[in-house]
Amino acid sequence: MNRALSAIFRRLVIVVPYAWLLVFFLVPFFIVFKISLSQTAIAMPPYVPTFGLAEGWSALFGRLGELSFENYVWLFGDPLYVNAYLSSVWIAGVSTALTLAVGYPIAYGMARAPSSVRPLLLMLVILPFWTSFLIRVYAWIGILKPEGLLNQFLFFLGVIDQPLIILNTTTAIYIGIVYSYLPFMVLPLYATLEKMDYSLIEAAGDLGCPPLTAFWKITFPLSLPGVLAGCMLVFIPAVGEFVIPDLLGGPRTLMIGKTLWTEFFNNRDWPVASAVAVILLIILVVPIVFFQRAQARAQEAGR
Amino acid sequence: MAGTWGRLNIAALVLGFAFLYLPIVLLVIYSFNESRLVTVWAGFSTKWYVALLSNQGLMDAAWVTARVAFLSATVATVLGTMAAVSLTRYTRFRGRVLFSGMVFAPLVMPEVITGLSLLLLFVAINFDRGFATVTIAHITFSMCFVAVVVQSRLMSFDEALEEAALDLGATPVGAFFQVTLPVILPAVVSGWMLAFTLSLDDLVIASFTSGPGATTLPMKIYSQVRLGVTPEINAICTILIGVVTVGVIAASLITKTRDVQRRRDEQLAERI
Repeated sequence: MNRALSAIFRRLVIVVPYAWLLVFFLVPFFIVFKISLSQTAIAMPPYVPTFGLAEGWSALFGRLGELSFENYVWLFGDPLYVNAYLSSVWIAGVSTALTLAVGYPIAYGMARAPSSVRPLLLMLVILPFWTSFLIRVYAWIGILKPEGLLNQFLFFLGVIDQPLIILNTTTAIYIGIVYSYLPFMVLPLYATLEKMDYSLIEAAGDLGCPPLTAFWKITFPLSLPGVLAGCMLVFIPAVGEFVIPDLLGGPRTLMIGKTLWTEFFNNRDWPVASAVAVILLIILVVPIVFFQRAQARAQEAGR
Repeated sequence: MAGTWGRLNIAALVLGFAFLYLPIVLLVIYSFNESRLVTVWAGFSTKWYVALLSNQGLMDAAWVTARVAFLSATVATVLGTMAAVSLTRYTRFRGRVLFSGMVFAPLVMPEVITGLSLLLLFVAINFDRGFATVTIAHITFSMCFVAVVVQSRLMSFDEALEEAALDLGATPVGAFFQVTLPVILPAVVSGWMLAFTLSLDDLVIASFTSGPGATTLPMKIYSQVRLGVTPEINAICTILIGVVTVGVIAASLITKTRDVQRRRDEQLAERI
């Protein structure tokens, strides 16, 4: 009785979330792939039906012959899309490096702070993460626009006599990404830096190693797992970011998340939007698998 | 030498936190601005807050958002906790690798992909878009965040306690609810809160999966933001920030007192 109950309980605990994720996370990807091979139609839903089992197996094979890779040919033929992919990866890469540069000193400062204030510092890093992403991006519009607070402040200091044009440029996107994703970088960095044995640094110092060299030779290599985790957590979502380029980058900046959104909501071209998503996913598969491996390894280590 | 390092660290922290908080503080300050021009200070006023109350569209959206967030956070917490238990306790079952992949991938998946794929699923099975679809979408991505939070707590939890309960005649279900769950409860609660705020914040996935009559607050805010910065938006943002801040601080105080209590109990137990 006990054992039977145990088996049912165990099975339920596994099966329910598993089934949920299969249906609402994995299956949708296949549908995206399927529709990316379809053609646009003026209908609702706006695409020509592709293969499916509704019409039986023979019809399925008939349909497979009609599949079109036209959307993909179109994507690679149009420099707009290719440039959007390239500039997304570039912008995400630069932003990730900047986030690391900004986040590392913060994480290091936190890890070296007295242990009594660490929980407070940790909470101060997490708190902005709880406030809406949209709100935090919106807050920067008022600061960065030509008549905004930053320019007012710089005028007041007398540093500039012409307003700096930052809003609607790539710089604004960098600022937005660094700002929004900073907690994602700081937290894994802090986790590795906090566990580090700082007597190693003292030992290096005693042996005559200057602090900066000790940092590059000891601290930084030991914090690499945190650096990698943080970079993945920033880079992967940043490539497909929509809100930040849309609100801060203006109409001229090209990022793939925005392109997908426009194809879907403005042009109502679902098959092309799906093809855009499939290629984006293919670009991100390598970093995502890398991230999962690292997560799994961290899990094993924590065991 | 220790002194310079200390000063450098403090400088890094001060600058870092200034960068994190200044934009939010400015946003809050300018929500109390008399002038319609957001960036010109013209005196203190709460009129934008009063104006909010008469904005029926915004109020409706807030109500939809609150219901979606509550419902999706609750279901996501149950599913996410189950996922965390299966990943930490049951190390061997068929398809475990796929399962852990599906739990971690949504954490980094660009929202446009998740949103688009869920929408296409709902269209493919002819499911009417609206309140239910947004809720399902939010459950799907926030349960993964809950799973990660609960999993990290489960990993540091001594499995022997559970085994002891089983040896003493508890059923596995009883052992879970009477021994494991009380211990991991703080993580479950913070998982719920995380899921709630994720749902409260989400613009992209909601825009894809929502239908007529289910406009959420972020969607409403976004459509107004596109028209420009206005004090009303600052006011609604300030209210949201206030709600979340109070919630987070309250929760952390509760878990802190609980922690202190727990430690005292443990010390007492050891002495006996």
